[in-house]
Amino acid sequence: MLPRDLKAESFASYPPEARRIAIDHLETLRRLPLSFVPSLLRELIDYDYKFPVERSTIEKEISALKSLKDAEVHEWFTEFAAISLSSSLTTFSWVDLPAQFVEQEAAYLWSTHQLDSFRKAAKDYGDRLERLKEPEPNDLRRLGIAVVGRDVSTYDGLLFKNLRKHGTYFTSVSPQNGLKSLLAAVEKRAEADQARYAHWYVDGGSPVAHSDRITSVAYDALAPVRNSLLKRMQAEISRPGMGPEELRTVLARLNPADVGMEGNMDPVLSRFQLKLFTEGSGTQIYSTTFVQWTSREILRRAQARTLLVRYAPRQRQRPLNELLAGEHGEAELDPSGSLIDAEMGAYYHWINQQRLPGSEGSGFIAWFEGHNQAVAIGPSMPRGTESNSAIDLERLVSLVLA
Amino acid sequence: MKVNHSFSHSEAACLVSRTRREFLRDAAGLVAGGAVLQASPFARGESVRKKRKVVVVTFGGGARDQETFAPEGQENIPHMLSEMAPQSSFFTHVTNKGILGHYVATASLATGVYETLNNFASVAPEHPTIFEYFRKELKRPSSDAWVVAPSNGFHRIGESEVRGFGPGQGARVILPKRLLGLASAGRDVDLEHLLHDNYETPLYTPVLAGGEVELHQMETILKLSVGDFASHARTLSSPDELSLYIAKRLMREEAPSLLWITMHDIDVAHSGAFSLYIDGIRRTDRLCAELWKTIQTEPEYAGNTTMFVLPDFGRDSDFDAGGNGFQHHRTGDAASRTTWMMVLGAGARQGVVYDTPVQSIDLVPSIGAMMGFSPSQSSGKLIRELV
Repeated sequence: MLPRDLKAESFASYPPEARRIAIDHLETLRRLPLSFVPSLLRELIDYDYKFPVERSTIEKEISALKSLKDAEVHEWFTEFAAISLSSSLTTFSWVDLPAQFVEQEAAYLWSTHQLDSFRKAAKDYGDRLERLKEPEPNDLRRLGIAVVGRDVSTYDGLLFKNLRKHGTYFTSVSPQNGLKSLLAAVEKRAEADQARYAHWYVDGGSPVAHSDRITSVAYDALAPVRNSLLKRMQAEISRPGMGPEELRTVLARLNPADVGMEGNMDPVLSRFQLKLFTEGSGTQIYSTTFVQWTSREILRRAQARTLLVRYAPRQRQRPLNELLAGEHGEAELDPSGSLIDAEMGAYYHWINQQRLPGSEGSGFIAWFEGHNQAVAIGPSMPRGTESNSAIDLERLVSLVLA
Repeated sequence: MKVNHSFSHSEAACLVSRTRREFLRDAAGLVAGGAVLQASPFARGESVRKKRKVVVVTFGGGARDQETFAPEGQENIPHMLSEMAPQSSFFTHVTNKGILGHYVATASLATGVYETLNNFASVAPEHPTIFEYFRKELKRPSSDAWVVAPSNGFHRIGESEVRGFGPGQGARVILPKRLLGLASAGRDVDLEHLLHDNYETPLYTPVLAGGEVELHQMETILKLSVGDFASHARTLSSPDELSLYIAKRLMREEAPSLLWITMHDIDVAHSGAFSLYIDGIRRTDRLCAELWKTIQTEPEYAGNTTMFVLPDFGRDSDFDAGGNGFQHHRTGDAASRTTWMMVLGAGARQGVVYDTPVQSIDLVPSIGAMMGFSPSQSSGKLIRELV
């Protein structure tokens, strides 16, 4: 089937809101090339479970496409239309399974050396959309906080080496009540700006007490989900004919209830948490990877205005097959290796934050938990400098947003 | 700072290459290749070619500049930087334009053609391999071409199914982890840390048949009893250490003229743990230096062997929003496609840096020219600086 053949019935399997939008924009979808449409549907099919920012983005994108005249559609999509697809892709059930289509399309583009052309087409399309965007005023400047190194008593390496050149490195930070004061800062922001899914706290272990206004995800709390998922994965791969692509298809179809997530949970948050494990690599076995990937996804998807992440020691390296099988009971931890993981995770946290609107005014802090070292980045913070002035974390938060 | 990545692919690749060259010049005191381009050091008589041996090591599975040759990464490669680079011809700009999966990329390196096979399928390369060209044209026995490969998924890397080449005419492939799995079956030894198959799809290990034959080969070819093998393996810490151990036994017992070793410890990066990725780079750096020392001390290899070290590809840049930095090699950006190559030993000019762009598929025709065979179906070009 090609996009021009789309009918209202084509979207019968979609959740209600997603179906409504698709049917309302049938004419728009029919005008677009097959190499592109499934990418759009991949986002749309999950509309009912998306964060508010994502919903708004989808609505604006489809509205922008709807407003295009025929000549503009031709101009916008010439590069996509030039991508050749295999017959198996054109006959694939891409309306019902857009994510799987996109994955197979990617493999086909690799194998036919069309990936660079596709990347260029996608980038040009993104640039066009970007030009149509109108800035959304928001008085609350974005704040990112990464707390690293829990349970590490000493570290001789060069800490925060990637971040230092972008801000000020403090060597006399008071660690007293550090985490508490950082969480208080997040709570204060959540109190002042009560938008849903705007203020987050992620913990690589068990979370400390915090306000209900903060959206929270914690690695330890999701242990039953991880274990259930790993058991399901093990069962699936032992089936004849199961391969990596088939497994991903199975995982993509899972619902929160399939892995024991309770039905009274927030459906948006439970889907988000499930995807952290089904789409992330290594999130199922290493808490440091889980925190890094979660921070990336919170910023990419929810565009959090405040994001506090706290890394915890991950389990020591063992054979992946063994880790995935969840064998050997109580895991031995690797605090110093986890600090190195977390330091890189903090750098990626800052990079992902800088990809969002308003990056010029955003603030970021990375702190070595329980110690005196922190790096602070913000519009008024000197770059590439070091300060040995005594300071506490509350003051640091106010400085990066000054 | 607003993060952007507006460089074109070619601009970014050139920048990566140029900075790598400058790092090397500063760190290892190497000179630019253009200044010393003279008659080929490989222009030797036929008698020398007969003794010529080539060892190829893929520095796997992919490492980036900032963790290796850039100033902030040099602490991770002390051996390559201080011991090997000064003795090598170093190519700063090697591009892989193919599919960035480890099996398919290694197959492309070995055929000199960008292969399009399914990276996760148990299939042979679609074009003749370097091993088939080598054995057919030079009339070499099967014992003269070997591959030491990391996972069961590589068991068909040694030969294609192409008419006129194909089964029985390629390299013998040894899978150390598979051997260890067979050797340790039923024994009370904890060798799990050496046995996991791969990091791209850790849940899948293709099932192979013929274990008894392989164990027999181990005893007859490597002169290694099953018990001694399992016992020694317990002293090793990683699959690549196991591969090196087997490669050294092969060099001692079989002395193949064409030996291909595929490392893959670095690919633990797929788990997202940066510290484990760095550990993998440091280990691979050490193992490459150990192999180079072995080449220089083994009588069959010393003085007549050329060693190639190159990654099969890089890893994603921190600044490509489509990826997740070091973790994967999925974006196809310049950082994931642009790598380097180090050539040491017989015929290689020492301490020279070349920034001429070459492709990873150029390896096969260049080795062919050195050893005296013609890879007729390769689409790569001769690297003039080598031949």
